[in-house]
Amino acid sequence: MSAVTTTPRPNPDKAVTPKRRRGKRDGHAAGPFVYFMAILLVCVTLGPVMFAVLGGFRTNAQLAESPAGLPDPWVLDNYIRVITSENFWIYTMNSTIVAVLTTAMVVIFGMMAAYPLARFKFKYREQIFMIFVAGLLFPATVAVIPLFILITKDLGLGNSWMGLALPQAAFALPMTIVILRPFLQAIPNELEEAANLDGTGRIGFFWRIVLPLSGPGMVTTGVLAFVGSWNAYLLPLLLLQGDMKTLPLGVADFSSQYSSDQAGVFAFTTLSMIPALIFFLAMQNKIVNGLQGAVKG
Amino acid sequence: MADKTQASAVDAGLSATHGSQTPAAGGRTPSAAGSEPARRKAKPNYRQAIEAGIFIAPALALFAFFVVWPMIKAVQFSLYRWKGFGPLVDFVGLDNYIRVLQNDVFIGSLTHNLIIIVASIAIQLPLGLLIALLLNRKMWGRAALRTIVFVPYVLAEVIVGVIWFQMLQPNYGAIAVVLDAVGIQGPPQGFLGTVELALPTLMVVLTWKFLGFAIILFLAGLQGVPEELHEAAQIDGASWWQTQVKITIPLIGPTLRTWAFLSMVGSLQLFDMVWILTKGGPANATTTMVTFLINEGTKRSNYGIASAASVVLFIIALVFALVYQRFVLRRDNPDIEPQRKKVTR
Repeated sequence: MSAVTTTPRPNPDKAVTPKRRRGKRDGHAAGPFVYFMAILLVCVTLGPVMFAVLGGFRTNAQLAESPAGLPDPWVLDNYIRVITSENFWIYTMNSTIVAVLTTAMVVIFGMMAAYPLARFKFKYREQIFMIFVAGLLFPATVAVIPLFILITKDLGLGNSWMGLALPQAAFALPMTIVILRPFLQAIPNELEEAANLDGTGRIGFFWRIVLPLSGPGMVTTGVLAFVGSWNAYLLPLLLLQGDMKTLPLGVADFSSQYSSDQAGVFAFTTLSMIPALIFFLAMQNKIVNGLQGAVKG
Repeated sequence: MADKTQASAVDAGLSATHGSQTPAAGGRTPSAAGSEPARRKAKPNYRQAIEAGIFIAPALALFAFFVVWPMIKAVQFSLYRWKGFGPLVDFVGLDNYIRVLQNDVFIGSLTHNLIIIVASIAIQLPLGLLIALLLNRKMWGRAALRTIVFVPYVLAEVIVGVIWFQMLQPNYGAIAVVLDAVGIQGPPQGFLGTVELALPTLMVVLTWKFLGFAIILFLAGLQGVPEELHEAAQIDGASWWQTQVKITIPLIGPTLRTWAFLSMVGSLQLFDMVWILTKGGPANATTTMVTFLINEGTKRSNYGIASAASVVLFIIALVFALVYQRFVLRRDNPDIEPQRKKVTR
């Protein structure tokens, strides 16, 4: 976030004399009302999350007695139970593998497809691009039943990492190509001509110049694909059972199986949101930049 | 998140459609015209076409096999009475569609989707805008605040659903206990278990989850509003509110319209949260089109009915997208077009 807020600033800052600017800014600086609203917002936003985190440190009796107070005494049992349970780690591993597979396929195939669609000239180029663009209009949920049949019955890939990663990648591809194409189009033609003069072909140009230059675009699309895969529920729900389940399925299962063990549910839920939270907050700028790109078209 | 990111792409796609179509009408895209040096024109570029084919093939194959083919199959299934095993023989024509459209549960689910669309916009647009405008001011801890606002959006819908499900439980849930302490008698079946309260409660949770998305998007839009305009307005004696209402909000119109579109598409596809919180109950009070089709497909193995419902959902989404694109987003295209040209050159 911080990067986003600071990036557009430097130029106007220098254009206007600092003194005048500060005077104007102070007129608009946040007053007590704004801070009050901000605190309210923080409480409402973090309240349920903190409740779950703290809930894991209590016993069920404590939870029922005083849901608003701090745990007293702090109980580690719930968290230890989850951390030492085999299932939690199996689910985490499944989620990670599926998300990595999905992301790898999306970025590699998306990059490969976006390059000719952006820079080559050939018949049906726009038509092929339009096929992918049209893919954006399909809600993934529409195809979910035939997809389930295709993967489990026709391909025999039900309950496997690839069986989930392949369709997830397929559904993430249109967005990836739509984001990457303008990125690759923006690489100046002069660079390509210079590479040509130096005897580099189109493939060499792709490896030596396009790939390094489109790093940010690949990161954005990669993060979006990873996010989508990590949080996905519907497709894993249909395709995975038993030891192949991903974390969201594990959380849902645990909460319906042990719904009366609230403290246990909170511990499980908290632990499963930690890796995602850390990863996504670290990558937040990329997500926001990707969204910004989408907004500005 | 999955739905929303997918949806954000839909929009990018819509504008990209314009980017590629409009120039095509007038001749060629600027980049295509520029990237074609005279010497290359002499020989036909079979080699380039073949290379392009090889590069595009994996993506196209994946897309055709896992997106396009299942879509076609969905249309096919919708014309048969089929329980998921044995050959497709019982052709019933449009019978499944008639059954779906006469099904009270499906009509109810369609109604719920529409209510959720309207309520999402009516609640999140003003609230998100207000918060975004406040957070756009210079203030202490602003960066941290923006990160915090993003947290619910980052969490999986399942996780949010489970936390709220626990908090909303009738006897031991935090909300019931707090209300009890204040002296308010909560509904005996709980908020999620009472027919009249289930949908409004779902709306509260959805607002909590997705408001951050609106705020982040609006803040991104606000980045594009030049500071000078505010200063000019202030010099003319406009108050902070006047500046926002007269200048800022109209200027971020495209962002607001885009967000509304994403929100609509996301609302149409709503599944995860509903499934965790209520499974569509009580008494179908919170079914959505997707929970309906999943229920028919997986629990009852009515693949024909489920497929018909999914085709109806698809048509509704498509009509929504085209109408919105035609009448609302189109206004923004003159703004987008010159920008795009600058970028591509």
